[in-house]
Amino acid sequence: MPEARVIPLRRRGVEDAAPLRPATPALVRQPHGPAPNLREFLRHRLTGDYPVDEFGFDPEFTDTVLLPPMRAIFEKWFRVTVTGSLPAGTGAMVVANHSGTVPWDAAMTAVAVHDVHPEHRHLRMLGADLLFKVPVLADIARRSGQTLACRADAVRLLRSGEVVGVWPEGFKGIGKPFRDRYRLQRFGRGGFVATALRAEVPIIPCSIVGAEEIHPKIGELRPLARLLGLPYFPVTPLFPLLGPLGAIPLPTKWTIHFGEPVRTDLAGPGADQDQALVLDIADRVRDTIQTTLDRAVAARPGIF
Amino acid sequence: MASNVVLLTGVADHVGGRLAARLAADPVVRRVIVAAPRPPAVGLPERVELVVAEPGSPLLVEVLRSAGVETVVYAAPRSADRPSPGRLSEDHDVVATMRLLASCQRAGGVRRLVVRSTTEVYGAGPNAPAVFTEQDVPAGAPRPAALEVEEQARAFATSSPGTTLTVFRLAELLSGRVDSALGRYLSLPVVPTVLGFDARVQFLHHQDAVAVLHRASTHDLPGVFNVAGDGVLLLSQALRRAGRVALPVPAAAVPAAARIARTPVSPGLTRLLSFGRVVDTSRLRTSFGYAPRWSTSAALDDHVHARPPR
Repeated sequence: MPEARVIPLRRRGVEDAAPLRPATPALVRQPHGPAPNLREFLRHRLTGDYPVDEFGFDPEFTDTVLLPPMRAIFEKWFRVTVTGSLPAGTGAMVVANHSGTVPWDAAMTAVAVHDVHPEHRHLRMLGADLLFKVPVLADIARRSGQTLACRADAVRLLRSGEVVGVWPEGFKGIGKPFRDRYRLQRFGRGGFVATALRAEVPIIPCSIVGAEEIHPKIGELRPLARLLGLPYFPVTPLFPLLGPLGAIPLPTKWTIHFGEPVRTDLAGPGADQDQALVLDIADRVRDTIQTTLDRAVAARPGIF
Repeated sequence: MASNVVLLTGVADHVGGRLAARLAADPVVRRVIVAAPRPPAVGLPERVELVVAEPGSPLLVEVLRSAGVETVVYAAPRSADRPSPGRLSEDHDVVATMRLLASCQRAGGVRRLVVRSTTEVYGAGPNAPAVFTEQDVPAGAPRPAALEVEEQARAFATSSPGTTLTVFRLAELLSGRVDSALGRYLSLPVVPTVLGFDARVQFLHHQDAVAVLHRASTHDLPGVFNVAGDGVLLLSQALRRAGRVALPVPAAAVPAAARIARTPVSPGLTRLLSFGRVVDTSRLRTSFGYAPRWSTSAALDDHVHARPPR
């Protein structure tokens, strides 16, 4: 009777739970403190004297170059409201809905996690292999702490106490047409649940409202996508009609909600092999996100 | 264990040469015999005996049998690690392994086999995990020759019961003394790098390579072990630290750009320079009981001090 083995608890339960295995983060965490010193930063760049972890994550670069502009967009353009919280002192898997044609939702979730997390963790996102094939993008992805969406990398990150971001809908989610907004796509075969079970970390359902309208995708150019090796080439009311201007996302008003953690450490060893259990948890996480999305979309005063 | 007789190959290489000297100085090793197809250019240390024989020759079988060789150390670099690798040397590598193992089979009495392999067996690519453990050898093509060498050694170990097999997958060797493809590449005055990519690299100092091979030759520690220095550097970081100038060019142009400076860059190395490769060395620390003394950045510093920018 596998369903009886996992009991989702209140957040208090996760905090009270016996400490998971000691976290061994490869790098000293920088609290969300004063603005980084630009001269120091440049000196480190010129001498190559800065730490990176085994995934190629460069915290200094992320904090100095990537996060400030993202935070400005977060505050000024999308005016994101963050609700809910994240558990401290443990690795965690943040599972969110994916949308918007261009992955702004991932970037904004990274800012939200960094700001909301009690230890100001960097969100370590799992990306498709396409990301690591494209020049420049591959470099930035690795530097910002992303890695390939594969079991080995994900378990490794989670076991070392990192907060990992997963978008199980993948390209089906981010590239879905505008009419399907706020309708979650299939969650794959629940691979993310098996990973969380193996690493024994809580799953945090995360619902993002606002990203689904930034680039209303009304069509796509299949031959062009095939030519460029992309999963889709979007057509929105403004793109490619207005060229680069059309690539600017609409300034919708966002909310990001981190839900109650779903515990996975009570299932016992070998639970990640239990397909029924894995699919059961995957469905529950999906339902939680869908319900939260429906409620939030109905309650918001308007898109902008 | 005081009667250990060790036969090793690959002394023409710096790691093999240093290993021969260390084994000769080790009191638990009774005899050190070096097998080479032709006499090595460098002088051999004292107490090291030399057999000039092709792998697989009757003479080698005779020596293995009459000297009572118990430990065979296959310390020649896998072709991918040589300064100028190529398809021909890969085939040669595999055939030489087959012959050497056939000699051991015929002679009998070999109880311990130590094989030097390379982390190149993991390949490098956009759909590979960021960190490789020993189990993460990709199933599909292309299969590097080093993997075939490992498999032959495994087949030999299973077919002769009681044989312990230790395989070391060495990361990119780098130090002031050793000559490797990557070492030559990093010594270029202007280094062509892959535009838009910054690979994660790990280096291994030759002293650590010698130390693990030595320990495996004198202890029964079977298994496959990744060997790499602590820490990870990005290629751009390594070049900054080395005081080299990076010249980003499109991936396809890297081999050509390196050829202008007469430093061949193999397709495998180009992939490494684009996508990077990091291996997990926890098994080496826990099961094998060795922690590398030189970190990745220390090995790089040693290399840079020996070869200042031209």
